[in-house]
Amino acid sequence: MEATETAQRTLTVRIARGTEEGNFATYEVPWRENQTVLDVVTEVQRRLDSTLSYRFACRVGVCGSCAMTVNGKPRWTCRTHVSRVQEDGVIVIEPLRNMPRIKDLVVDMAEFFDKWKKAGNTFVGTATRHDPPAAVSPTSKKRKMADAAIECINCGVCYAACDVVSWDKDYLGPAALNRAWTLFNDERHADPKDVLKKATSGSGCNACHTQGNCMTHCPVSLSPTGSIAGLKKNALLQFLKGGG
Amino acid sequence: MKSPRNHRAYWAFLGHRLSGLALGIFLPAHFYVLGLALDQRARMDAFLKFADMGAVKFGEWGLVLLLSIHMCFGLRLLALELLPWSSIRDARLSWISWGGALSLFVGVIFALGVI
Amino acid sequence: MEQPLFALQRLSAMVMAPFVLVHLAVILYAVRGGLTAAEILSRTQGSWLWIPFYSLFVVSVAVHVPIGLRNILIEWARLSRGASSVFCLLFGLLLLWMGLRAVAAVGGFLS
Repeated sequence: MEATETAQRTLTVRIARGTEEGNFATYEVPWRENQTVLDVVTEVQRRLDSTLSYRFACRVGVCGSCAMTVNGKPRWTCRTHVSRVQEDGVIVIEPLRNMPRIKDLVVDMAEFFDKWKKAGNTFVGTATRHDPPAAVSPTSKKRKMADAAIECINCGVCYAACDVVSWDKDYLGPAALNRAWTLFNDERHADPKDVLKKATSGSGCNACHTQGNCMTHCPVSLSPTGSIAGLKKNALLQFLKGGG
Repeated sequence: MKSPRNHRAYWAFLGHRLSGLALGIFLPAHFYVLGLALDQRARMDAFLKFADMGAVKFGEWGLVLLLSIHMCFGLRLLALELLPWSSIRDARLSWISWGGALSLFVGVIFALGVI
Repeated sequence: MEQPLFALQRLSAMVMAPFVLVHLAVILYAVRGGLTAAEILSRTQGSWLWIPFYSLFVVSVAVHVPIGLRNILIEWARLSRGASSVFCLLFGLLLLWMGLRAVAAVGGFLS
């Protein structure tokens, strides 16, 4: 009986390194049937190259910290099985698009959160602690629309996926506008008209061209496309009624 | 590398924008030729005869297609932006296929009329 | 600026939808058997239907096209908003002038 030596099958991982575009380092990790892209990045950093920088937190798909570009598409790496995205035994991992790169796979999300604020996302209540809690019916039309968009955890995937963001630096982006929509539909909010005004500021909601990259890539199946369409309609009506 | 743009709604955006751009560039030429009816009838007729050439007819067929596509995809946008959505994720994607099919149908009718 | 332009773009689109449908139908009908100037003009000259129809069409087109083009210049050509606005305003005026001139020509005025 011959002793056959089975070569360990490996996965080739190309990871963007440094701060400049186009710098990649290639690593080989063992091929395993069940591993996520985050598993692979962690293995590279712990066993192969401790200088690799990346972000993660929960590892179980609820925090959104591990978002990166994998084989061209922005995704949560802890929720991406290698077997589903590898192409001929290769995966290419880059930082999220549309945000300035700090190092390797880490991006600066400051402008993402600045735009979040610019889109008018601060809740202002009208009641005080002495008033009874607001009785908001969960089946009311407005609440349903708000609820359909409320689960955003600011992971930045939609922002990275959006082409208008990459073409127009004044564009507020899908996440910020999606949040504005939830506030507009919140019947407790003091000034919904102001939400519309802020959402149309700069290159506001009207700059969205409904390409739908955001809703195609959102890891929690939200639809900024739908939210922004709602903002557009209400902003148009407000404008035509003379609201400016 | 997979493209994050390989999905229907993105094709609809591209089709709408590129068809609009092509039509917008074509329009001044279109208005110019029509303006020939003012004082240069003979030139207009000469142009129309020239336009009988197969290559020009193919270009006209393309323009008819582009106009249909632009309108169909544009109507979808108006629906998305002004009408309620049945669900937050219903971006009326079926309108894209229908719009494409309708445009091809219009193109076929045009082709049948000029062959 | 952006909100009024957006409103004009959508409104001109809504106005134009029926115009485009009719125009396509006219094209599909008119190309049969070859196009001649005489044929076209016999339908349009002095027509109280076609002259207002195409005049309104031209006006909506002169509003709709430049606003769309402006987005393309800002997003793809990376022009500044100011430069794009100026260029597109001029283009819109050009379309309006050439278009109304075409309507006058085909409608039988001025000749």
